Amino acid sequence: MVSAALLFAAQAVAAADAPPTITDSRGRVVTLQKAPQRIVSLLPSLTESVCALEQCQRLVGVDRYSNAPASVRALPQVGGGLDPNIEAIVALKPDLVLLAVSSRAGARLEALGIPVVALEPKTHADVRRVLGQIGVLLGLPPAAADRLWREIDAGVQAAAQSLPQRAIGARVYFEVSRGPYAAGEASFIGETLIRLGARNVVPAALGPFPRLNPEFVVRADPDVIMVGNRSMQAMAAYPGWQAMRAMKADRVCVFGPEQSDVVVRPGPRMAEAARAMAQCLSDKIR
Amino acid sequence: MKPRVWLLGCALLVAGCVLLALGAAIGSTGLDSLTAMRSDPVAWQIVWDIRLPRTAGAWVCGALLGLAGAVAQGLFRNPLADPYLLGSASGASLGTALALLVAGRSASRAMSTDWLVQLGVTGAAFVGAVLAVLLTLMLARGAQHTLRLLLGGVIVGVVLGAAKDLVTLAAPHILEAMQGFTLGSTAFLGWQAVSLMAGLLALCLLVSRLLAPVLDGLALGESTAASLGLALPALRAALVAVLALCTATAVAHAGLIAFVGLAAPHLVRPLVRSTHAALLMLSAGMGGVLLMASDLLARGLFAPQELPVGVLTALIGGGYLLWLMHRRGGRR
Repeated sequence: MVSAALLFAAQAVAAADAPPTITDSRGRVVTLQKAPQRIVSLLPSLTESVCALEQCQRLVGVDRYSNAPASVRALPQVGGGLDPNIEAIVALKPDLVLLAVSSRAGARLEALGIPVVALEPKTHADVRRVLGQIGVLLGLPPAAADRLWREIDAGVQAAAQSLPQRAIGARVYFEVSRGPYAAGEASFIGETLIRLGARNVVPAALGPFPRLNPEFVVRADPDVIMVGNRSMQAMAAYPGWQAMRAMKADRVCVFGPEQSDVVVRPGPRMAEAARAMAQCLSDKIR
Repeated sequence: MKPRVWLLGCALLVAGCVLLALGAAIGSTGLDSLTAMRSDPVAWQIVWDIRLPRTAGAWVCGALLGLAGAVAQGLFRNPLADPYLLGSASGASLGTALALLVAGRSASRAMSTDWLVQLGVTGAAFVGAVLAVLLTLMLARGAQHTLRLLLGGVIVGVVLGAAKDLVTLAAPHILEAMQGFTLGSTAFLGWQAVSLMAGLLALCLLVSRLLAPVLDGLALGESTAASLGLALPALRAALVAVLALCTATAVAHAGLIAFVGLAAPHLVRPLVRSTHAALLMLSAGMGGVLLMASDLLARGLFAPQELPVGVLTALIGGGYLLWLMHRRGGRR
C-alpha cells in the first residue's frame, strides 16, 4: 500500500526531479533513473510519437518499418517487430527501448539490463495516453504532451469541419486488406470516420478488423469505398461488386503506400489521416 | 462391386446439387436474398454473381484437389501423398506474396502497367505453382524416379517457402492477405474463374481417366507395370502434368486449401473397392462435396464474418478420418 502510494506520488511529480515512472501496456511499472538520451524504438507509431514530442534527436535506432518523419530513415535499423536484432540493439547502448506488447524482444532485452517499455496504441484514447506516457519517460513537462494532443485533436476537428454538408453522414466501407478485411467502427480508422461524421457500414459488434463475406458489402451498399493500398481491391474487385453504386460512380479512394501508413497507424499523424479521409469524402461525394 | 461405384457416384452428385442449392441460400444475409431475388436487383446480384459462382467454384476446386490427390497417391504409391507434394504450394505462395508486394507498392490504377499487377494474384500464384513443379522435375531429372521426385518436391517446397517468408518479412502489411491465401478462400471466385476451372477439370478428368490403367499397373510395382508393356516414362510425365495442372489451378483460385486432396481418396476407398478409373472420378466428386460443405459452414457459422475455409476442410475431413480409424481400430 505504502509503496503504491509512493509510486502515485512519484508519478505526480515525475516532471520534476524525481525519476520518471510509468505503468506500460503490459501492466509493468517502469522507473528510469534519469531521462533517457539514447532511445531505440521498435514500433513506427512510437517512433512518430517521440518525434512529434520534438525529441527525435534522442532516437539512436529504429525498426525497419519506421519511416516517418523522414529524419529517422537515416538512423540504424535494428530489425523488425517480428525479428528484432538483439545484438544490434545492445550495441547501440540504449537507455530505453520502446516496443510493442507483442514483441518478443522485451524479456531478452530486460534480462540484458536494458530498460524496456511496451506501449501499443490502438485507439484515439490510446494515442493520447501513450503521448502522455512517453512525455513522462522523456522527462518533459506534462504540458508538452497535452499541448501536442490538443493540436492533434484540433486538427481532426478541423478536418471534420472542412467537410461540405453533402458529405456528412456518408456511408463508408474501409478495406484494410485483401480478404476482405474491413476496418469496423471499433477500429482506430473507424474512430476517425466517426469523428468525420461518416457512418461505417461495418458495425462495432463485428470487432475492429473483421474478415467479411463480400456480399455483406454489396448488401450494405456504401456511398464511398476507401481502400488501403495493402488491398488489391483497386486492381481486382470481388465478383459481383461491379454493379455496386460506389463502384459504378467510381467513388473509390485508394490510399497509396505513404498515405496508407498515415491512415492506418494509430499515432500522432491521425490529424493528417483525418484530412486524407475528409479529402476523399469531399472529392467523391458531389 | 460395380453397382456400388454407380451408387456412390450418384450420391455424391445429389449431395453436390443439394449443397449448391443451400449455397445459394447461405451468406451474410441468409434466405431473404433468395426470396427477394425477382424484385430486388441487389438480391439477384448477391445470389447470381456472388453466392452461386463461389459455391460452384468450391465444388470445382475441391474436385480438382480430390483428383490431384488420387493421382498423387497412385503415382507415388503412397497413401500420404497429397497434391502439394511437388512444391506447388510453396511456389504458389511465393507468387502470391510477390504479387501482393508489387500491388502494395503501386499506388493506384494508373500504375497497374506493372506486369505482376496485370497478372494479378491468381495468375501469379498459378505461374508460381507451375514453375515450382518444373523446378522439382529439373532437380529430379524427369519423372522417372519416385524417390528423387519426392525429395526434389520437399527441397523446392522448403526453399520457396523460405523465399516467401523473406518477402513477407520485408513487407509485413501483406501478412493478413497472405494468411487469407494460406488458409484458403472462395471469396474471389466469379463466373469467369469457375468456367476456367471447370474447363481444366474436364480436361484433367479425361486425361486421368485415360491414364487410370497406368496407376493400376503402378500399384503392382514398377517392374510389373513395365512388364505389362506400359511406356512408363512418358505416361508418368503425363500424370505429373495432370497433377501439377489440377493443383496449380485450384491453388491459384482458392488458396492453399488443406487436406481435401489427401482426404478425398481415403474417404472413397472404404466405401467402394475399385480400380483407379472409378477411384479418380469418385475422389473428384468427394473432394468437391467436401470443399463445398466446408465453404458453406465457413460462410454460415459466423455470418457476416467468414472463417478461412481451409480450417474447416481439415476439421471435417480430418474428423471423419479420425472417426473411421477409431472405428476400425475398435473392430480389430
